[in-house]
Amino acid sequence: MAKKPVISAKNVWKIFGANPKKYLSQISADYSFEQIKEDGYIAGVKDVSIDVHKGEMLVIMGLSGSGKSTLVRCLSRLHDITGGTISVDNQDIMSLTEKELIELRRSKMGMVFQSFGLLPHRTVLENVAFPLEMRGQDKYTRRERALEVIKLVGLEGREEYFPRELSGGQQQRVGIARSLAIEPDIWFLDEPFSALDPLIRREMQDEFLRLQGLLGKTIVFITHDFDEALRLADRIAIMKDGMIEQCSTPDQIVLNPATEYVRKFTEDVEKARVVNVEAIMEPTGKPRSSKNALYGNKKLRDVAKILASDTREFIPVKDTDDKLVGQINRKIALDIVFGE
Amino acid sequence: MKKLNQNGMDLKAIDTNTGIASLFLLVALAFLLSRGILPAWLIRIPEALVPPLAVWLDLIFNFIKDDLHLIDLTRAISGGLEVLLDITANLLYGRNRWPKLGPIPWAAVCASFVVLAYYLGGVRLALLALVTFVWTALIGQWKIAMQTMSVLTLAAPFAVLIGLGLGITAWKFRTFDKSIRPILSVLQTLPFFTYLLPAVIFFKVGPTAGAVATIMFAVPPMILMTTLGLRKVSTEIVEAGHMSGCTRWQMLRRVYIPAARTEILVGVNQVIMLCLAMVVLTAFIGMPGLGAKLLAMMGSFKIGRSFEIGITIVLFAIMLDRMSKAWVMKQPVHFDRGTQWWQRHKYFLLSLLAFVFFLLLSQLIPILAEVTRKQSFSQGKEIDKIIKGFLAIDSIKNTTEWLRWFLNVKVLIPFRNSLLWIPTPAFILIIMGLGWYLAGKKEALIAGLFFTIVAITGWWDRSVITLYTVISAVVLATFIGIPLGIVAARSTKWSSRILLACDTAQTFPSFIYLIPAIMLFGVNDVAVVFSILIFAAVPLTRYTIEGLRGVPPEMVEAADMSGATRFQKLLTVQLPLALPTMGVGFNQAINFAFFMVIIAAFIGTQDLGQELQRTLAGTELGKNFVLGMNVSLMALSFDFIITKWTETRKQALGLG
Repeated sequence: MAKKPVISAKNVWKIFGANPKKYLSQISADYSFEQIKEDGYIAGVKDVSIDVHKGEMLVIMGLSGSGKSTLVRCLSRLHDITGGTISVDNQDIMSLTEKELIELRRSKMGMVFQSFGLLPHRTVLENVAFPLEMRGQDKYTRRERALEVIKLVGLEGREEYFPRELSGGQQQRVGIARSLAIEPDIWFLDEPFSALDPLIRREMQDEFLRLQGLLGKTIVFITHDFDEALRLADRIAIMKDGMIEQCSTPDQIVLNPATEYVRKFTEDVEKARVVNVEAIMEPTGKPRSSKNALYGNKKLRDVAKILASDTREFIPVKDTDDKLVGQINRKIALDIVFGE
Repeated sequence: MKKLNQNGMDLKAIDTNTGIASLFLLVALAFLLSRGILPAWLIRIPEALVPPLAVWLDLIFNFIKDDLHLIDLTRAISGGLEVLLDITANLLYGRNRWPKLGPIPWAAVCASFVVLAYYLGGVRLALLALVTFVWTALIGQWKIAMQTMSVLTLAAPFAVLIGLGLGITAWKFRTFDKSIRPILSVLQTLPFFTYLLPAVIFFKVGPTAGAVATIMFAVPPMILMTTLGLRKVSTEIVEAGHMSGCTRWQMLRRVYIPAARTEILVGVNQVIMLCLAMVVLTAFIGMPGLGAKLLAMMGSFKIGRSFEIGITIVLFAIMLDRMSKAWVMKQPVHFDRGTQWWQRHKYFLLSLLAFVFFLLLSQLIPILAEVTRKQSFSQGKEIDKIIKGFLAIDSIKNTTEWLRWFLNVKVLIPFRNSLLWIPTPAFILIIMGLGWYLAGKKEALIAGLFFTIVAITGWWDRSVITLYTVISAVVLATFIGIPLGIVAARSTKWSSRILLACDTAQTFPSFIYLIPAIMLFGVNDVAVVFSILIFAAVPLTRYTIEGLRGVPPEMVEAADMSGATRFQKLLTVQLPLALPTMGVGFNQAINFAFFMVIIAAFIGTQDLGQELQRTLAGTELGKNFVLGMNVSLMALSFDFIITKWTETRKQALGLG
């Protein structure tokens, strides 16, 4: 692929402690998390390299304390990293001056927080307009733009409310609207739906997918919820003890977990709901009839009925233009559907 | 000791602590037993060895004042302050100064305040404001009340701004924070007389010095609350600010300060209350106003008038406290879109309207502008008669006289004499022994050092008398405060009632507590102890209730299920668990007592307070500081020991 990464992190380290820079220079990369802990330091992020491409949704998944929130704060330079490099649009963000960094955030980055991070003394409108106000836009234009985003997240009519007058879901909509106000290229979301109850969470995920369909931003999304990761991600990076265990597409993670740790997450997942027909597709040996062919972008579970009744050993697969692109082995597909 | 062991403390450490503590006490005992044969220099520090600290300090002060020309600077500041004070004085009570507009009719001030109170806290607060202002005007105290307010309206905003500035600096720079913290804790225990004299010397007598002393007195809590508030702003809000591209200034102005609103406003509340307390006390340096009038009335034993002024001060205190607290609680509420301008600013306009309306009305009806002496409803003489009549009832008279006799002859005087009998080294050793037992090495050594300094200054006897007053009052206060707290804590209803009463009582300027004491006992030692006793009983009651109510419910339930009777439950479960919190109350009671004992010097005591008060008449800045420092050192010693003790206990009990 010729796509240039929007964010490129190389061997990033973030160590917390008394004198992290000096400590990092003394240790080698294969020091374990526990060893570092014994020395009185915490490895928030440990030798992480990752690229995020334009228009891609990268989900970073991990349990609490795995370093996922630290990583995203390194990418946005809310934390200064201890070692390695991070470049955004080919610009090393660690070399930016305070002024340049502010400029970068004012023009390119938006972030959504777990507990919303709304300013309690400002109305919805003023909260959403806050980043615009910071970059000195005049009252009229920022009001105009803020109203536009508020409408986009479905909070019309609540512009004059204060955060504490809103429900959790509504507050997070304000947080999302605020992060979108400056039309950022890069969108960071730090466990945006974790503080919400399950029904609202589901609704917000749908809402989020709708927004992403409209906007097509480059997204780094943090979650501790594996299902959420599978539902939203183009690619998932699974973190443990500050390191990335595996970074791949949801299909690949479910079908080929790289480590035991990752496998444990996939255990309870109903794979047929995650895996696309394409993911297990193989090229057709010779031209076959496209009779009763399956669409490649369907999930296996959605075609389970056909798989059960179509007794052919290989079932043809077509793309959205109804062109024949390959075939799948019925037995393999059925094994996945029945979870074997 | 045994209790500590049961709670799993480090046994070894405790054993050595107790060992050393008892060693100290044994040596002290040896001193006491052999007092008859001790050489005089071991009983008191000989006069010849007392360094002339006051003289040295005077030299230093004079150097700073005259040679470094600090006096020119302060006089320049006081010039500016005086202009501002003249303006408020003219507006509020018609002092003949620029802009020569005042006095504003009382009805107009009252009306606009009532609207403000309604906006902040609804009908009840509005009613409180109405009662306060109408009472003050009708009783004929409007002018003196406004003399007090004219200083307060200037001092409070200044104190808030200075505190905010220093608080922000302390939050930004760790080293600055670390260096001012000890100064702040000394400032908070320094007796107010110590603030007054420098203010007089550097800023002239009268309102200016009063304002400066008031500002200095009120700044520390504002600094602490500001720093606390800024530290507490949630990281996500800060990060949201960064991600929105805030510059440093925008961060502070738009994110940190608004997000720390609650703590900052709590600081404002404390500033207002401390200012009021201090403004009343500035009467001692000749500041006219409620305090001066009260001082004069009490001095000439006009109980009725003192009582009336006391009510005015209390009403103002409650009103200012409730209004500023309501401001803390006041959360913004949205207006629907398209709300008119006048609707958004309804209360402001209403307040303005009420002001103008009464301003005009008072031109027609003079009594709304000023209640003259003849029109006032003051019943000073009649109240005097009632009170005197009441006190003359045989049974009452007998009770108070018996109490006075009993306390004086059987308790106070013997206790004072025995404290004075103890040789200085033994006294210090006892303090250190107790400190070591309760807190530990560090606190014991500090207390020892502090008391040694007190001994060296040559004011030992007077310090011991101060201490005796404090200890007797606090001990007597525990007999009232703790049982009251225990009884109140039994029901939720009574707990909240008594807590509210304590809250209210704590807002009163300390001066007020002298009124009932003088009323009941006249001018003597017992009255002093009595006034301190009431003042100190308030925190004791309050923290007893909070401690008992704060006992985890599952522990009480466990006691119930074990078949404990009420009394067993109280003794074995509730009181031990409440003890650390009660310790906080005890600490506060002692601090309050030290504060009050100095004020009580006004009714004639032989302690440091009396000497401090005398220094005010002259310009003995050095002596004033030495005396103030002695009070502060003793108060700090107790503060360190008790604070450490409550912390260790809390940890041992796993109460966080």
